[in-house]
Amino acid sequence: MKEILVILFSVILVDNFVLSKFLGICPFLGVSKRLDSSVGMSIAVTFVMVLATAVTWPLYALLLARFGLEYLQIIVFILVIAALVQLVEIMLKKYMPALHSSLGVYLPLITTNCAVLGVTILNFDNGYTFTHSIANAFGAGIGFLLAMVLFSGIRQKIEEADVPETFKGVPSVLIAASILSLAFMGFSGMVEGVFGK
Amino acid sequence: MTIALPIIIVSLIGLVAGIGLTLAAKYMAVSVDETAANINSVLPGANCGACGFAGCSDYASAVANNGAKANLCPVGGAEVAAKISTILGVEFVEGEKRYARVKCAGTFSKTRYVMTYRGMQSCAANKTFYRGRGACPKACLGYGDCVDVCDYGAIYMYHGIAVVDKNKCVACGLCVERCPNKLIEIANGNSSTFVRCSNNEKGSTTRVMCSVGCIACGRCAKICKFEAIEIKDNIAYIDQAKCRNCGMCIKECPVKVIRTYRDPNFPHHITPAVDPMVGETAQG
Repeated sequence: MKEILVILFSVILVDNFVLSKFLGICPFLGVSKRLDSSVGMSIAVTFVMVLATAVTWPLYALLLARFGLEYLQIIVFILVIAALVQLVEIMLKKYMPALHSSLGVYLPLITTNCAVLGVTILNFDNGYTFTHSIANAFGAGIGFLLAMVLFSGIRQKIEEADVPETFKGVPSVLIAASILSLAFMGFSGMVEGVFGK
Repeated sequence: MTIALPIIIVSLIGLVAGIGLTLAAKYMAVSVDETAANINSVLPGANCGACGFAGCSDYASAVANNGAKANLCPVGGAEVAAKISTILGVEFVEGEKRYARVKCAGTFSKTRYVMTYRGMQSCAANKTFYRGRGACPKACLGYGDCVDVCDYGAIYMYHGIAVVDKNKCVACGLCVERCPNKLIEIANGNSSTFVRCSNNEKGSTTRVMCSVGCIACGRCAKICKFEAIEIKDNIAYIDQAKCRNCGMCIKECPVKVIRTYRDPNFPHHITPAVDPMVGETAQG
């Protein structure tokens, strides 16, 4: 249990996928303009991350690792995740139209998102068990949500602010993103402090 | 064998995924409403919400399933309404053209500002100080928030007040929501005479603030033959349904606050020297 807490804490705050590992920058900058769309996107990302981990972990452990084909993980994972997201979208459309209408727009965007691929690959780099991998994937999604919500708040402030002409639009957004990323560096060492070595 | 195994495994996964998706697409297919899809394709796709629905696709499905009217899209106008009617196979009813207009005529020469404001150049920001920079609390603040919000380039600033280009305006209502003083209203296309003031103060107070403010004298209400004008809250209201745009009130108004948009070409040929809405030549 303690290990799961450590994983959650570190992946949400210390090793935040967006702000420390710089994965999933595209949706981070693209969809964070408004709060509601950024929350919807983050929930969809969390959902797909957990689902992708649940499928790729057994696939890797039972198929790829057994035959010594670890080097195939990227192409196999992309294939599996893309197919999975498509399948989930079709199923949601059929059985849960309400969820589909709120989440569905974001699903195709996530299909080959590097954050989703990243979480599945990093699970094995860190040597996580299945449970730990699921926790890691869930935490990564929540960390994404946190970053998105914070950043959409900042962006709304930027929209209202009187920004110099040179920095209007993307430059000011990128600078704000880098400052937010620096701020998250303040969390480093927190997990050791809270949970001990 | 070392090459064959990875190829077999990846192709197998691809095959399984492909077959799975094909089966899923076949057996879990949701019947897409064809009428709604067709209607959606002829809509302009501006997603402005002026029709009263949450966007173009929402409006399309409302037309197809819930019997919403075909002429609600102000952006597409009559052209789109005709196309939708064709898809539905019903008789075409022309959409009513509407437009936005600013109910303030207080240019630099008619009214004044009570502060020298150097803050953020937006009406909303200026409004948070005291009650805005205008001597009149219901004056156009002149920073052009409505100009910024307009997607169609239909609003421009003229001598410190916003003016709407009737021909470009699609009546989406974005400016109506944005204006902190609520000066902009959406009007029917055939109504052209209107009171260019929103000030509810007493006549004597208004007169001090602005030389073109409505002083609620009631002369327009008396002269109107169609009983279209009444005085409410110290301001004259013209009932768009009753007004025939005869122009009697325009002649009668002592402060010249009632104006008309009658010129069909207004205001394409505007020059700073002669503004048909502000200058004294506006009655034609």
